[in-house]
Amino acid sequence: MIQAFAFYLFAGLMILSAGLTITARNPVHSVLWLILAFFNAAGLMLLLGAEFIAMLLVIVYVGAVAVLFLFVVMMLDIDFAELRAGFTRYLGVGSVLAVALAAEIVIAVAVHSAGPIDLNNRIGPTPATVSNVQAIGALLYTRYLYIFEAAGLVLLVAMIGAIVLTHRTRRDDRAQKASRQIARRPQDATRNVNQPVGVGVEL
Amino acid sequence: MIGLQHYLVVSAILFVMGVLGIFLNRKNVIVILMAIELILLSVNINLVAFSAYLHDLVGQVFAMFVLTVAAGEAAIGLAILVIYFRNRGTIAVDDVDRLRG
Repeated sequence: MIQAFAFYLFAGLMILSAGLTITARNPVHSVLWLILAFFNAAGLMLLLGAEFIAMLLVIVYVGAVAVLFLFVVMMLDIDFAELRAGFTRYLGVGSVLAVALAAEIVIAVAVHSAGPIDLNNRIGPTPATVSNVQAIGALLYTRYLYIFEAAGLVLLVAMIGAIVLTHRTRRDDRAQKASRQIARRPQDATRNVNQPVGVGVEL
Repeated sequence: MIGLQHYLVVSAILFVMGVLGIFLNRKNVIVILMAIELILLSVNINLVAFSAYLHDLVGQVFAMFVLTVAAGEAAIGLAILVIYFRNRGTIAVDDVDRLRG
């Protein structure tokens, strides 16, 4: 009973905040509704017994991705009212298409028949004795070790890519260039002049 | 009792919300990126729901990989957005025609 109540609470709030994410007038509000949607999704995952994914959602999405969105929204000086032009124009067609797509998916869920699933042949059966986090760790660091490392590589490439894309050297910067300082030799920088008496110095 | 189909329907609705978000905000890249995050979240709910109801942990492992890719995609997308804004002073999708595509 309490489980059904929690499910409908989390699911309803998640869908409501998802709707407000895509319709909010101010993108900062959009990001905040997105954060609420992620929190409720984490609640749904807790109901399913996937504690690790739930915590990962809160840490990665709310803690990193949503804050990244907030930074970018606040950093860019954009006229958001102009970007909303055409919102009502697409509302009719978009809503019809969305309702049609939703009806299709729901009907597909209702009538699907996946055939017999071989439940005796699970790859990672949920163990009864150890916790969710421990079981996922045991699976991740053995069977999926290479895929796990590939995921780390994806993150590394994303990090390097983001830095390379956004990094720029200003033309007027006065940063110290150590290589130029070290390469500078006395014979290039100074010269000896045999200066005759009574003649001006030519610099 | 809450069954698998409840979760599937919720994730389907969330997926459609993401698609509708791309439709409605077709000028604002930031909201489009957020709508893509919603779509990936609905996929994750699907994976975890099947993982829980089939008592197989592989779904949760793959949900984690989807999360990784979503984080990388958001980082790269926002970086492209920042340099595009730096060059053009706008992020309206309709004006993105530098490649004459």
